[in-house]
Amino acid sequence: MKKLFSIVILILFSQFQMLNAVAGSDGETEISSNKNNNQSEVKDCFETINRGVFAFNQGLDKAVFKPLAKGYRKLPQPVRSGTSNVISNLGNVVTIPNNILQGQVKDASMNSLRLIINSTLGIVGIFDVASYYGIEKRDKEDYGQTLGTWGVGEGCYFVLPVIGPSTVRDSIGSLVNVMGGDAWYNVTVANDTQYFNEADYYLSRVTSGVDFRAKNLESFDSLEKTSIDLYASIRSLYLQDRQRKIQNIDQATETMSDDDWEEID
Amino acid sequence: MRFFKVSLVVFLSFLLNNVSIAKNPSDLINDIVNEAASVLKSSDPVESKIIKLNDIAERSVDIDGIGMYALGKHKKTMSDEQKTKYKKLFKSYFLKSFSSRLVDYTDPKINVVSQKIINKKYTIVNSILEATSKRPEVKIDWRIYTKNPDKPLIRDLIVEGLSLARTQKEEFNSVIQNNDGDLNALFKNLEEFLIK
Repeated sequence: MKKLFSIVILILFSQFQMLNAVAGSDGETEISSNKNNNQSEVKDCFETINRGVFAFNQGLDKAVFKPLAKGYRKLPQPVRSGTSNVISNLGNVVTIPNNILQGQVKDASMNSLRLIINSTLGIVGIFDVASYYGIEKRDKEDYGQTLGTWGVGEGCYFVLPVIGPSTVRDSIGSLVNVMGGDAWYNVTVANDTQYFNEADYYLSRVTSGVDFRAKNLESFDSLEKTSIDLYASIRSLYLQDRQRKIQNIDQATETMSDDDWEEID
Repeated sequence: MRFFKVSLVVFLSFLLNNVSIAKNPSDLINDIVNEAASVLKSSDPVESKIIKLNDIAERSVDIDGIGMYALGKHKKTMSDEQKTKYKKLFKSYFLKSFSSRLVDYTDPKINVVSQKIINKKYTIVNSILEATSKRPEVKIDWRIYTKNPDKPLIRDLIVEGLSLARTQKEEFNSVIQNNDGDLNALFKNLEEFLIK
């Protein structure tokens, strides 16, 4: 039971790291997802339930995460940067195998170098020494993204309690983390290494969530203030973000199809 | 000879009156960013800032175009009466949400870094919103409608790869779809937003 609970919590917190957008059919709403410029549809298969979970998450965010993030924001800038760097450095242990799985050999090498340099010279990642030496930070990768690059479809969109938006594919990707795909999980939770314990893992996950929330306090407030259907806005942002990450594209010009705009010219 | 000179002057003045200089999309963004920054930096009361920001938006954003885009497939089923009502509602909605988003920023520093011409009708201008102690650097791309090169207009903001117009479209679609395709539900939501 404890193990099952741990796995559920882990999936939730690994999802939190995936988000760049906060979050979350019965009516089966379809949301367009521009995949390689071909329009495809992601089904919101359990929209009524999802909206309920989303409302719960919003309450939890207001009661717990937002106040925590506001408190975290009050810490001195060097403390926040150091924390953010440690989390980012730890993330490399998932990014590197995914770089390899996606055939990004150069990125895998650079991220490995960054991990080694920052974990040693950078004192467990507090200082980003690698960037100082010109080894720039690269995009994070996860198993959900890898599945996406392999051509696996999103499956249904749904909202997880505590964390928020996900799809079937992204959740399967998160499961890989707890099945040996995340070295940090392996040395803290899966194996008794004497140096780390489960608490270290959960603390890193919660800190990661709070750090992310703190960086986006204003954006979320603004979205909440100006949205007429916040649930739908967040769903759209989440799916756009995942699509962009899977395509590994930074340029908006490459991610956007002009077809939609043609209709109104 | 005299006739020739007069004709030449008339011809040249005619030419000058009819030739306008096409505006570079990057210049458009630089201009509005600077204008908005000076409004936001000023010590004017919030109400006055909102009026000035709205004026900038009305001059530089294709509000009607975005409104039609946001309706997606539903625009095809609209009556003329509904279209008129929607255009009016959307404009008010857009301006209110635009100014309320911006007014919280005191001194945003946006630097235009490059631009890419997609086709005759669209150019993407790439810019960076500088980092502050509170948040990291943000990439903002602007989709500029250049069908009329003399008057380029903003049609979309793409923040870190996320299109605001597309988000708006999917939000409106969700409202309409969850009300059995009833456009009046969207109008009602917009009206409620405006009186908030």
